[in-house]
Amino acid sequence: MIDRRTFLQRMVTGAACSVAAHPLFTTVTLAQTAGATPLGDNRLIVVILRGAMDGLDVVQPLAEPLFAAYRPTLGVGTGAIPLDGYFGLHPALSGLMPLWQAGELGFVHAVSTPYRDKRSHFDGQDLLEAGTGNDVPAGEQSRDGWLNRMLQVVPGLQAETAYAIGLEASPLLAGPAPALHWSPDLQLSLSPQAQLLLERLYHDDPLFRDASTEAVALAQIDVPDAGGMETGPGRKLRDMDALTDFAANRLRETTRIAAFSLSGWDTHRGQGNAILGSMAQLQRLVLRMKEQLGPDVWARTALLTMTEFGRTARENGSQGTDHGTGGLMLTAGGAVRGGRVAGRWPGLDEAALYDRRDLMPTSDVRDWAASAMRGLYGFDRHMLETVVFPGLIMGDDPGLIL
Amino acid sequence: MTDVPTLCAIRFGNGLPLPESAPQDAGSMLTRLAGPDLARGTWPALTTAEALKTHARYAQAQSDLRQAGADAAEAKATQRGIRQELVAEAQRAIQISLARAVGATDGMRERLVRFWVDHFTTVAKSPQHIGLVLAMAEDAIRPNVTGRFAQLLQAATLHPAMLLYLDQHKSVGPNSRQAKGGRRGLNENLARELIELHSLGVAGNYAQSDVRQMAELLTGLLFHTGKGAVFVEGAAEPGSETVLGRVYDGKGTAPILAALEDLAMRPETGRHLARKLAVHFVSDTPDAAMIDAMAVAYAASGGELMALYRTMLLHPAAWNMPLTKARQPYDFTVASLRALGVGPARIADLSVAELQQRLLRPMERMGQPMNNAPGPNGWPEEAEAWITPQGLGARITWAMDVPQRLLDVLPEPAALAERALGPLISLDLRFAVQAAENRREGVGLVLASTEFNRR
Repeated sequence: MIDRRTFLQRMVTGAACSVAAHPLFTTVTLAQTAGATPLGDNRLIVVILRGAMDGLDVVQPLAEPLFAAYRPTLGVGTGAIPLDGYFGLHPALSGLMPLWQAGELGFVHAVSTPYRDKRSHFDGQDLLEAGTGNDVPAGEQSRDGWLNRMLQVVPGLQAETAYAIGLEASPLLAGPAPALHWSPDLQLSLSPQAQLLLERLYHDDPLFRDASTEAVALAQIDVPDAGGMETGPGRKLRDMDALTDFAANRLRETTRIAAFSLSGWDTHRGQGNAILGSMAQLQRLVLRMKEQLGPDVWARTALLTMTEFGRTARENGSQGTDHGTGGLMLTAGGAVRGGRVAGRWPGLDEAALYDRRDLMPTSDVRDWAASAMRGLYGFDRHMLETVVFPGLIMGDDPGLIL
Repeated sequence: MTDVPTLCAIRFGNGLPLPESAPQDAGSMLTRLAGPDLARGTWPALTTAEALKTHARYAQAQSDLRQAGADAAEAKATQRGIRQELVAEAQRAIQISLARAVGATDGMRERLVRFWVDHFTTVAKSPQHIGLVLAMAEDAIRPNVTGRFAQLLQAATLHPAMLLYLDQHKSVGPNSRQAKGGRRGLNENLARELIELHSLGVAGNYAQSDVRQMAELLTGLLFHTGKGAVFVEGAAEPGSETVLGRVYDGKGTAPILAALEDLAMRPETGRHLARKLAVHFVSDTPDAAMIDAMAVAYAASGGELMALYRTMLLHPAAWNMPLTKARQPYDFTVASLRALGVGPARIADLSVAELQQRLLRPMERMGQPMNNAPGPNGWPEEAEAWITPQGLGARITWAMDVPQRLLDVLPEPAALAERALGPLISLDLRFAVQAAENRREGVGLVLASTEFNRR
């Protein structure tokens, strides 16, 4: 039976040739190369919010007179908590207010990927995770995710530097650089003989070989017992906790990158209720992550959420919202400069809306992600603009990271 | 190159061994598809009428419960009883679908039903709608898989499960009577997926205004508890709509059906369907010439699905591409049951607990909870999406543990490999089944092998 160390070595050797063969592979010198961990001490957690989160419901432009008119049942009626005199936070996220006050929570409004017009979840998510621009035809985006391309330039990478967490596939981390994928359902217990024979059966098929090697190794990791927060959460929250606890446990050790996804944001009808479960999950993820990481690690952590696009400025005919364009990014962690709603606010006048229906995007979500990576790991700007997000032109440093 | 009967079973059917009298080449597969649907009569399944009836009784019971007051205990018992009926009805329908897949001689028809169920994915957003989701496969999809696509598109779009899943039942014309001065209005969910996923495909030539106009055109279609899909004139947006340059006007469902007919006949639709079929059956990176030929045949036939299938099955690429796809968990489960000789009668006899523990929960762990696709775009096709650490781990675990719980006596592993894989057995697998420490692991190795999981 192979042990975890051998397995990790294999993962790295296995990946080394494919990295070298990758056309985008460029070696860069990192500003921080201290210690044994290739990325230094800072942690980056990326959460993909699938289904298009309604940014205007999460961070509401309360001082905007048209807001109440656009959204007769949503918005103002929810009783948002004032953030900065202009925006308010949806009350379902009130548990995050202490973080806001401590400067550990911030938002970027009116962000988007370069994706426009067709408003397809599936193409929108593909583009978000591929991190490419519109020059690549739909359905033919890079099969690498941008977070994987970031890892591809890190020398001395170990497989456990990065984890995709959860049952869903994680295109964000897919690609030649090694990364692990863990879910709480993973179980595999084999006799030594059966395992040897399976290794032989899978030897010539890399897809099966790599998946089973990883499954065997991951099944041996002790999963921390979900303690903490005793108040009886629902099943979805408990599932979320298992993912969070595992991630925190890894991030406290040598893991530096973690990717999650949270679904359930496609609120076409009855959004007032439909969005509450997803918000509860998001809030829980942030709070529990902070608790489980502990103060020292949390201080070196940046958590970013991204969604494929925003939703219509106006409520639709069934108290929901339809697919839109400009959306919202949430940033949390001791390493982020929080306590502010960043991004240029375009306003809600009909003429200021995209297509006269959606919040106008005023900045590229990739620009914020790139500046976070630069702030955390000292990456070279040129590398970010050519390898991680090909075609992106980064603006002035928005100071997302402390 | 793999022989034709083996490919019929693996690529276009539900696995080896081929049932007696199953077609063994392209010509006889097509003849069988053009003939009657025998499995439907042999294993009758839940119909929309039955599902609507149970759903309506449940709705009534819930409403009685709300008004019960002092008699709450009795009303609660009634409501619970009907809820159990709903669950039992759904379990039964799932068992029938599995029994047909394992037992049917016309394997390709069963595969096509699953393909189109996935193309028109619906999920029960509320547990009491699960019967409607399952009945949609029976009444909207199944009878239409060998007809014109327009007919299939119309049946699927107007099925109550679709109206409920994509929020059509909440959409009313902004200027209709039911909008009540703006308190209710349009919801574009179904209109968008209808164009993006069900017909033209996202690469098609359409704009947001087409989605919007289509949404207005669809208004009037609503869900009625008991009756199912209904058209309510008072909810329909007055006036005409223009979708993709064509104007639709008139009362009732006629203009909607006309627009669906036109969507079905768009050239982008033919290409979109051709590509999806080629990817599903043949290869994740299909032969471009085959897709072209399929799209041309579709257009020339006036939108006949048989023209797509015929062109695919008669194309050399359908028979000479290597088996590089991964069987999806449902197909893996069905093929395993067939190889193990767990027949349709045994599947139909499984208790609720057995069905859950032995088949449905494992499929969930393999990454494919039945009737619960993550979104309206259905399940992914690429092998990489299925052969993940957790997905493969769950397959291996199932292969090692579950066969012994379904059978009194496990088969001899070498004989099982022969039955399940015929000419596809690798030398390594021949070695492994001899070297396994016990019969249980030998069986597990056959079902966990790459050749058994590829198609």
